[in-house]
Amino acid sequence: MSFLRVENLGVRFGGVVAVDGVSFEVRKGEVFTIIGPNGAGKTTVFNLVCRIYPADRGRIEFEGRDLGALAPHRLAGLGIARTFQNIELFEHATVLENLLIGRHRHRRTGFWRDLFFARAVRESELAQREAVEKVIDFLDLAKYRDSRVAGLPYGVRKVVELGRALATEPRLLLLDEPSSGLNPEETDDMAFWIEDIQKQLGITVLMVEHDMGLVARVSDRVLAMNEGRAIALGTPAEVQADRAVVEAYLGAGA
Amino acid sequence: MSDFLQLFVAGVASGCVYALVALGFVLIYKATETVNFAQGDLMMLGAFFALTASVTLGWPYWATIVFAVSVMAAVGMAVERLVIRPVLGHPAFTVVMITIGVGYVMRGVVTMVPGWGTETYQIPTPFADAVWHAGDVVLPVQQLAVIAMTAALCAALYLFFRFTRIGVAMQACSQNQLAAYYMGIPVRRVNMMIWGLSAAVAAFAGILLAPVTFVHSNMGFIGLKAFPAAVLGGFGSVPGAIVGGLLIGVVEAFAGYFLPEGFKDVAAYGVLLAVLMIRPSGLFGETMRKKV
Amino acid sequence: MRFLFKTSYADDLRLFQHGGQVFWYGLLGLALLSAPAWAGEYLMTQLVFIAIYSIVGFGLMMLTGFTGQVSLGHAAFLAVGAYTEALLAARGVPPFVSIPAAAALAAALGVVVGLPALRLKGIYLAIATLAFNVIVEEITARWESVTHGNAGMPVAPVKLFGSELGTEGFYYLCLALATAAALACVNLLRSPTGRAFVAIRDSEVSAACLGVHLAKYKTVSFAFSAALTGVAGALYAHKVGFLSPEQFSLLVSIELITIVILGGVGFLHGAVLGAAFVIVLPQAIAVAKDWLPETMAPSGLQAVVFGAILILVILFEPMGLYGRWLKIRTWFELFPFYRRGMFRRQRSYLRTERLR
Repeated sequence: MSFLRVENLGVRFGGVVAVDGVSFEVRKGEVFTIIGPNGAGKTTVFNLVCRIYPADRGRIEFEGRDLGALAPHRLAGLGIARTFQNIELFEHATVLENLLIGRHRHRRTGFWRDLFFARAVRESELAQREAVEKVIDFLDLAKYRDSRVAGLPYGVRKVVELGRALATEPRLLLLDEPSSGLNPEETDDMAFWIEDIQKQLGITVLMVEHDMGLVARVSDRVLAMNEGRAIALGTPAEVQADRAVVEAYLGAGA
Repeated sequence: MSDFLQLFVAGVASGCVYALVALGFVLIYKATETVNFAQGDLMMLGAFFALTASVTLGWPYWATIVFAVSVMAAVGMAVERLVIRPVLGHPAFTVVMITIGVGYVMRGVVTMVPGWGTETYQIPTPFADAVWHAGDVVLPVQQLAVIAMTAALCAALYLFFRFTRIGVAMQACSQNQLAAYYMGIPVRRVNMMIWGLSAAVAAFAGILLAPVTFVHSNMGFIGLKAFPAAVLGGFGSVPGAIVGGLLIGVVEAFAGYFLPEGFKDVAAYGVLLAVLMIRPSGLFGETMRKKV
Repeated sequence: MRFLFKTSYADDLRLFQHGGQVFWYGLLGLALLSAPAWAGEYLMTQLVFIAIYSIVGFGLMMLTGFTGQVSLGHAAFLAVGAYTEALLAARGVPPFVSIPAAAALAAALGVVVGLPALRLKGIYLAIATLAFNVIVEEITARWESVTHGNAGMPVAPVKLFGSELGTEGFYYLCLALATAAALACVNLLRSPTGRAFVAIRDSEVSAACLGVHLAKYKTVSFAFSAALTGVAGALYAHKVGFLSPEQFSLLVSIELITIVILGGVGFLHGAVLGAAFVIVLPQAIAVAKDWLPETMAPSGLQAVVFGAILILVILFEPMGLYGRWLKIRTWFELFPFYRRGMFRRQRSYLRTERLR
């Protein structure tokens, strides 16, 4: 049984066909990257998997379970987490609070116990903070722990977004352009973290990425998309050499 | 049957006023994604200026319209320049609260001006009490005049937006301010002009409304009915505002006739809630969706 | 300069972060508890009103300031709380039953009002709440068998164990409820529920992707906010002694939301500061009226000042009264290292969120 299976996914927005019959499978434990020129529909595929938009056709299965009927907030409970291309952090909260919201699916108390701050809430809060500290250590965010996100530099915010996704303890992590806007050193750090996420934490990673160096370094398999369709699938080397992919990026006759 | 027609025309006439206020709303919303809660009060202020021109200065009806509209255009531009421009880019809620504040100030100032105050006044119009007979049907000329003048204004605005560069510039500013700046559009000046235009339309609506509700400092609250109109038509759609206003006017007229007392006042809000539950984007509106 | 060294996770959760806070809040508590001894009748009335409006402020702050759901119709919940309390008190129901009942009914209405919230954002939600307010006001005026309509309804004083509560007793009741409301809000904010609220305010999409059930939490926020406002309404009914529909009009709703804005959106203290300001302002204007020439009508001045202050606060101090206090305090704490841009907002350009 494949870990994540996408079959014939399709969606259109008005007259624009954003995704047109895309199919692929992600195996457990691998790093699977989707590449393609801008407007190819890569982020849309993510948004469909995360149920932010409903797909017009096709099927998405996670560990054999059909995601098509679920509301977006159910996915975190199944172990799916994501980061966003344009950073969707909670700007007016601190880094710690952002990461703690990542622990939401692990909460053990409801509204009424929260209202009275019962013992269970206190214990749960202490446990969540411990869990979050592990993520902070993993990503070296300790010195930003209590800073408000709004004032942080872009590179740090990307890392916080990654941390928030990791705080949910996912089994499948969707990274949307993790290296966009990062300088070479930060991209290097990101590459190490993705490797650690895969090997140390055992999390399967599905990634959209433009930086071919990063792609080649961390990915096990790559899917190339263009204009909403999948055009090539294989190892990074195979896909980079593929004729159709080269044409998509550089135009015919290259 | 003639009852029905009279009711319908009355509804359309009051709907025209709602349509004009909603139109002013929508113009500002299209340009700056701000909702101007002071639109009704702009209308009220315009009516007062018309009153002064008509009664104190003794000018003819058409001259007072021109006067009030021009003065209010200037007022609208001033409001934008002083109070709205600094907060553009702030969250929508903040800007809304500023417009609410502006409304309070306008109402307060009007009651403090000697000669205006809290009294109720009438503006003499050339159509007062005249009626038009068409067979069984008796229609007040006032209502017909309102409908005709509204139609004329809408036609003028349509031509303005279609055939002038400003119309296109206004749309650009409303969709992506930064890109509009880069394209050389003087965004701030365009916004100012939109507020001026919107206030002028509001003044026009105030003058049309004056014979019905008379001129007093609280007449702006009718402007609240423009919300259901704008939502029904679809926020952000100019024809939608007009259609919405007319529909609300007609619905109210018939509700007042057929339903028990008190329903007339809330009919518009009932329609509003129904629209929001069933089809929030209204008849002609756009769906709002954040791109992630 | 003060540095907070935290040595355990529990330190994060503490109600009072350091000794100084304990001292000042303790002083405030002492002053308020002993108020009947040193405050005159006039001041006591003001304190009671401040307490009542603070409760509304807390509720509205949780909804608008922390969950990001704008409500221009909170006077409707005030009305439900007030009339429920009036009806139950007239039948001799004791306050520890009638006040929770008022809260529960208001919460139920809050759920109803919150239903559109699940699908509407920003200005659409504000307009929907406005419509609710108008409709509730109209119902209050028309449902004469229950509310006595426009003729108004007198309210019996609070009776506890058979005897009337009296001014002092009522003051302590209001104080106790205001403190309880504050505590409830603080508890929520330091727990997963409160964090879910903030997540919804700042980014609904990523909140949903992190497992926050948007519909549920928005509804809870509305219900909680309405419940607090209902409690305030119940107290308000007893304080003013006479209810009529125009006490719960749209203008009142706007006054309530002003409490949140003037106080400082996103700070619980702002609710109290905003409430105090809104109560004191009309009195201050009344005093100023005596200095003005006769031609200027008094009602106009209040509207002008109110509107002008609203505009000026939003333009020049968007963080509200509490925000200004924070800046002043930080200036003193960091002296002489206070940097001018410490609280500056990022300049942002308008970018439409409408997508055709």
